[in-house]
Amino acid sequence: MPVARQLLGWIVLCASLIGCQPYPLAPADLVIINGKEPESLDPAIISGQADGRIVSALFEGLTRYNAETGLAEPSLAVSWEIDSTGTRYRFTLRKNLRWSDGSPLSAEDIAYSWRRVLEPATACDYASILYCIQNAEAFNRGEITDFNKVGIRANGPDELQVTLHKPTPFFLHICCYPALGTVPRSVIEEHGDRWLLQPDLPTSGSYQLQSWRLNDRIRLKRNDAYWDHAQTQSRIVDILPTNNPSTALNLYESGEVDVVWDKELIPTELVGILRQREDFHTADFFGTYFLRINTTKPPFSDPNVRLALAHAIDKDRLVDKITGADEPTASHLVPAGIPDYTSPKGLAYDPSKAQALLRKAGFPDGKGFPPIDYLFNSSKLHEQIAVEIQAMWQEHLGIRTQLRQLEWKSYFQDQGNINYDVSRSSWIGDYIAPESFLEVFTSVSGNNRTGWSDPAYDLLLKQSGMAPSTDERMALLKQAESMLINDAAPIIPLYFFVSMEYYDTNRVTGIHDNIRAEHPIRAIQRRNKSNSKKPVAAATQANGVSNP
Amino acid sequence: MKFILRRLLGMIPLLLIVSCLAFALVRLAPGGPFDRERKLESAEAERLLREKYLLDAPLWKQYVHYLSNLVQGDLGNSLKHRNHSVNDIIAQGLPVSLALGSMAFAFSLCWGIPLGCLSATAKAPGRKMLADAASMMGICIPALVIGPILVMVFAIKLKWLPVALLSSPLHFVLPVLTLGIYYAGRVARLTQQGIEATLQSEFILTARSKGLPERTILIRHVLPLGILPVVSYAGPLLADLLTGSFVAENLFQIPGIGVFLIQSSLSRDYPMIVGLVLVYALILALLNLAVDVSYRWIDPRIKQG
Repeated sequence: MPVARQLLGWIVLCASLIGCQPYPLAPADLVIINGKEPESLDPAIISGQADGRIVSALFEGLTRYNAETGLAEPSLAVSWEIDSTGTRYRFTLRKNLRWSDGSPLSAEDIAYSWRRVLEPATACDYASILYCIQNAEAFNRGEITDFNKVGIRANGPDELQVTLHKPTPFFLHICCYPALGTVPRSVIEEHGDRWLLQPDLPTSGSYQLQSWRLNDRIRLKRNDAYWDHAQTQSRIVDILPTNNPSTALNLYESGEVDVVWDKELIPTELVGILRQREDFHTADFFGTYFLRINTTKPPFSDPNVRLALAHAIDKDRLVDKITGADEPTASHLVPAGIPDYTSPKGLAYDPSKAQALLRKAGFPDGKGFPPIDYLFNSSKLHEQIAVEIQAMWQEHLGIRTQLRQLEWKSYFQDQGNINYDVSRSSWIGDYIAPESFLEVFTSVSGNNRTGWSDPAYDLLLKQSGMAPSTDERMALLKQAESMLINDAAPIIPLYFFVSMEYYDTNRVTGIHDNIRAEHPIRAIQRRNKSNSKKPVAAATQANGVSNP
Repeated sequence: MKFILRRLLGMIPLLLIVSCLAFALVRLAPGGPFDRERKLESAEAERLLREKYLLDAPLWKQYVHYLSNLVQGDLGNSLKHRNHSVNDIIAQGLPVSLALGSMAFAFSLCWGIPLGCLSATAKAPGRKMLADAASMMGICIPALVIGPILVMVFAIKLKWLPVALLSSPLHFVLPVLTLGIYYAGRVARLTQQGIEATLQSEFILTARSKGLPERTILIRHVLPLGILPVVSYAGPLLADLLTGSFVAENLFQIPGIGVFLIQSSLSRDYPMIVGLVLVYALILALLNLAVDVSYRWIDPRIKQG
């Protein structure tokens, strides 16, 4: 019968299609759910921490993150000298550094990788972290084209000299950043955008890229030519990209996955239950959830209005009622945990003060105040926070708020064009220093997005870079932060993020809490495997760089 | 043969129109591929980036450039996964989606047709009710609900099947069920209606009067005609299964192209969206053609016509 034959044909076709799928050959020694699929594994194109974690395993820079503290420690550079002005660094590379294919890795390779980050044609999101280098900003902005004028120079194969235009005490921490990983010039020049897909790609980090199948898995294998390969704990590591929190939890529960370390993958409705478990780990994280206010538009151009809005928000209520992971409330922008820095005390929840400020601005009891256009991107959490704040402003100030929920790209477009009254925002620091947050709100920063600018604020940040001592630098930064959150208030900090991760310490070793949630893959291993070695943290901690 | 050739040639203008519409429509959505949390500090870098992908050129120029690449089989570079071309991504994901979709298709037919037959011919009311309930449940419970229930029961509680991923043929079982149960219910209802209508025909009465056994009547005379509504539905059904696998792919972490269709729309990955729309349009056109050819094969009346 034709129908039966057709059906049989289908079943044979299906069976052959299923049989032809490229299933992974062998189980990995470690399986990690890292978050969404990375946009790229190119250090110069990465778009966030999830991408950066993999990139750091493949391409390493002059320094690297210490597995325990998350601070910088020597990597390709074995040592460095800083001159008395604090602007000239001479990095000495380790002897006999090799790419994974065995070819020699030199200071020229590092200089090339940094140049690539700064080339305008690369369009690296993180190029600005190198703006402390002499002429780097002008080169990145296309104002000069001669790279010889930029303060990056290879003095022979084993020495890299970097000249800064101002002392940058956290420069060694910048050198860890995944965007500055050392990449193979010859492969990039030969294959262009497709360089990462080349077989046997030379890498400079602790792992090689064995395979990369979008939305399936990234398989890393240990790089035996890496200078510290003896301390790389797992031979084969699978990184799974997952968008669905339930799937991530199911995979973890079934034992197919050892670690889940993206907080976006924690089902928000289960946080309360999960927090009771021993294998659910939370720790302070270097990120802040805050509101941006459009300071270019009346009545928000009046600081009294902005201060009133800030005083009317009960942040404890947001954290207790909505976020659920015991996040610390934020009265200031810079999260705690930066050595030698303490943020100024910010604005407290004070409805009567908020009402007085609003009255002073000419809106007693909110009369005559236009409805606030509150912009946020689609997410249950952001929506709940928006609704709560809407209720608080209505209750305390008599102001009506219209919530405007947009999907990701439209949201960024409107925020970038300052097309909002109030917009939900967040920021995660790139390096452990207050500047990583405070520089966002300088007049020239493209990430400011509030329309607010104050030359005095810019000057304080500039002066802090020139400060002769750490104490003086921190004092200037504290003054700048106070100006930002207490006087001008173009932003309202709400709470600090916490990292949320699942891993069972009886099953996995090598993950340590630190403020940037930096967990180098090289240090992690599943317990009781044939490739077990001593945990790496203890061995490398001694080399950690001192505080910025 | 001539018929097939004529239909195949007719697909060329169709695909051109589809590509033109998709190309223009995706650009109407607010926001662009490079609008993101961290803005490029250098205006020059942003200009070069947009220049590289021709985003500042007039729309017609972009389209002409796209078409010139398309005729060479190049669907362009993904703007989100900038190391990958659209061809790479589709070549990687399409076989998976095809395997998943066609397996779910086979399941829908293998489960739906017998269920429909049973429902249409069962004499005992209990059996009929059971068959009806099975097909109605399939139709009424969405994949978003069925999937997690199947995972909970078969993967987490009983531990018979894997939770997710694609590491062996066994990993296809739950996604196929999740994707196929709804369509099996639809097929069962169509089969039931087709058979019930055919059973009323005069030639069936003739067959019965000739003393043919009921089973022979059902298999040789009723089923080939009763199943025609299912054949008509098979094309759109397979297209639905191939294009609508997003839920199953997302829930079971299957690296097909269904997930990309959603992701690329959200990330304004223009070449990816247009490429996928073209692939889906081509699949749909080919399936419609296959249905028409099947009709001629199965139903002699059409051949004679």
